[in-house]
Amino acid sequence: MSRKTGHLLDIQNLKTVFETVRGNIRAVDGVSLTLNAGETLGVVGESGCGKTMLALSVMRLIPANGRIAEGSILFNGEDLLSLDEDAMRARRGRDIAMIFQEPMTSLNPVLRIGDQVAEAIRLHRRVSSAEALEMSVRLLEEVGIAEPARRVRDYPHQLSGGMRQRVMIAMAMSCRPQLLLADEPTTALDVTIQAQILNLITELTEKNNMAVILITHDLGVVAETAQKVAVMYAGKVVETADVEKLFRRPLHPYTRGLIESRPAGCSVGADGGSEYLKTIPGAVPSLYDLPPGCRFSDRCNRAQDRCRLAEPQLREEEESHGVSCFFPVKNDR
Amino acid sequence: MASVLIDIRKLEKTYPLGGGMLKGRSRIVRAVDGIDLTVMEGETLGLVGESGCGKSTLARLLMRLEKPDGGEIVFRGRDISSLSPEEMKTYRRRVQMIFQDPYSSLNPRKTALGIIREPLDIHRIAGRKQNRETAAELMTRVGLSGEQAGRYPHEFSGGQRQRIGIARALTLRPQLVIADEPVSALDASIQAQILNLLKDLKKDFGLTYLFISHDLNVIRHVSDRIAVMYLGRIVELAEKDDLYRKPFHPYTRMLLAAMPSCDPGRSGQTVTIRGEAAKSDEEGCNFKNRCAYRIDMCDRVAPQLKAISERSRCACHRAGEI
Repeated sequence: MSRKTGHLLDIQNLKTVFETVRGNIRAVDGVSLTLNAGETLGVVGESGCGKTMLALSVMRLIPANGRIAEGSILFNGEDLLSLDEDAMRARRGRDIAMIFQEPMTSLNPVLRIGDQVAEAIRLHRRVSSAEALEMSVRLLEEVGIAEPARRVRDYPHQLSGGMRQRVMIAMAMSCRPQLLLADEPTTALDVTIQAQILNLITELTEKNNMAVILITHDLGVVAETAQKVAVMYAGKVVETADVEKLFRRPLHPYTRGLIESRPAGCSVGADGGSEYLKTIPGAVPSLYDLPPGCRFSDRCNRAQDRCRLAEPQLREEEESHGVSCFFPVKNDR
Repeated sequence: MASVLIDIRKLEKTYPLGGGMLKGRSRIVRAVDGIDLTVMEGETLGLVGESGCGKSTLARLLMRLEKPDGGEIVFRGRDISSLSPEEMKTYRRRVQMIFQDPYSSLNPRKTALGIIREPLDIHRIAGRKQNRETAAELMTRVGLSGEQAGRYPHEFSGGQRQRIGIARALTLRPQLVIADEPVSALDASIQAQILNLLKDLKKDFGLTYLFISHDLNVIRHVSDRIAVMYLGRIVELAEKDDLYRKPFHPYTRMLLAAMPSCDPGRSGQTVTIRGEAAKSDEEGCNFKNRCAYRIDMCDRVAPQLKAISERSRCACHRAGEI
């Protein structure tokens, strides 16, 4: 277990910057998060908020024009950012695994899926290829693929989207990782398939006491799957809380806006509404051109002068409920 | 009592599947497999289903971008396959479409105003100056500012692009607007803005919507009636509130159970969600392989859409008893 904090994963003040022709941007701008074994943390936010770059930073797989400028990522007490590339490669896939949104582009189209799962196993374990193939059959069975002994001979294009994502999960689970990073794992899937994949992830999490960071734009997916939530906006975490607290009593105006602007199912007094939806005016700011002060201030109906001058820091407003807002929403929903 | 705007009768569309000349006779996929559906003037009819269920093919048939292989589409009493070229042109003005992807559905080499004006010029609605004014008016109506008129699509955000697409669909004053997943590609905070805009425009322009989506929450918000589609067929058709309160078809129930809700405390699913939608050449009900209520008859006879209560119709042999 961790020497310093006792958390499985402890991210402190992480800053990931990109150098582009239009200037430098901070895709992840001072993010701090903790996660314990067996927990699922939902990271939610809109496109460009930095949630994917956060996961890629943990994997140390950020694109070439980016770098981690500041902060620490303690995994079992060891700072991943201090490891050399060989040591990091040994952890990737073994201790920390990742699955992506589009399983078709993550799989090699010219290799049989059994061989791909076996390859993942043999990267970290000394087993023969025959043994690895046998293990991959068992893994495919574990993730709910029917007739796995026959399916290992299939190529990715012969599988449906849901099946491909199951194969990706089988590869990710091959070394029983302690931490799984799932980046929009169900966004490309139909809703009935999404439900099955989320159930599978939950099942595997409980069985293996694995921690999961579930990255999604969909509040509903978070509500169904995660225990803790971090809401991101323009590179920053603006609110963190237990999932019940976040939905019952969102403190940040952005979180509240997101929850209330959802059609049906979510809004206060969900009526299947014939009436207008509540909206958040405007659009997410460009990282090249952030407003001064609070990044949400130009869309916020609670913003005052102070919000446009100073940037609020994430602080614990209530017990285990952090928010970065000078004027958090206090009234009960 | 509202009148029927469009009446879809036994509509069929098939596509050849794989094969090709080296493999002999190819199989076919029934993308639209005998659909009966009416759209009433002034309503929003929601069409919900998963990918591959044929909902976009149905939209393309209504737009006459494809010709059906069977059945007919009757618009205000006339079968559209019998229209003269001149009448067809009028039909195309009456029925317009909003697309899912605001990135690929706008011409990148035209300005926003040019895109919105183009239909007016093609149909020679008025002189160039008048058309430009009409387009500029519409642009402000959908929430874009006049100074954005000369900008190109890549200079707009996804939500703004969708506003351009909406304005373009309205330039010819259509009666029916087919909105195919109009908010699916948009960020959460933008979705609500666009849904509210569509609601306003419906009122102002007296529109009828056929609103296609895979998202049951969005469909619930916008629709008056909802048709649930599965593998080329309508399996349930009901008033919005009835569908969510008392779904009859096992597939509708599965969809509703699978929909993530924003209630973290929600008790576990009571409906088993299993299998995947897969077309087969087998006889009988398309849903039988995923259905928990399958009986012998489901293997032999495809269920027809029939009235199950005063306002609900369902295509299931066991509707009402399960």
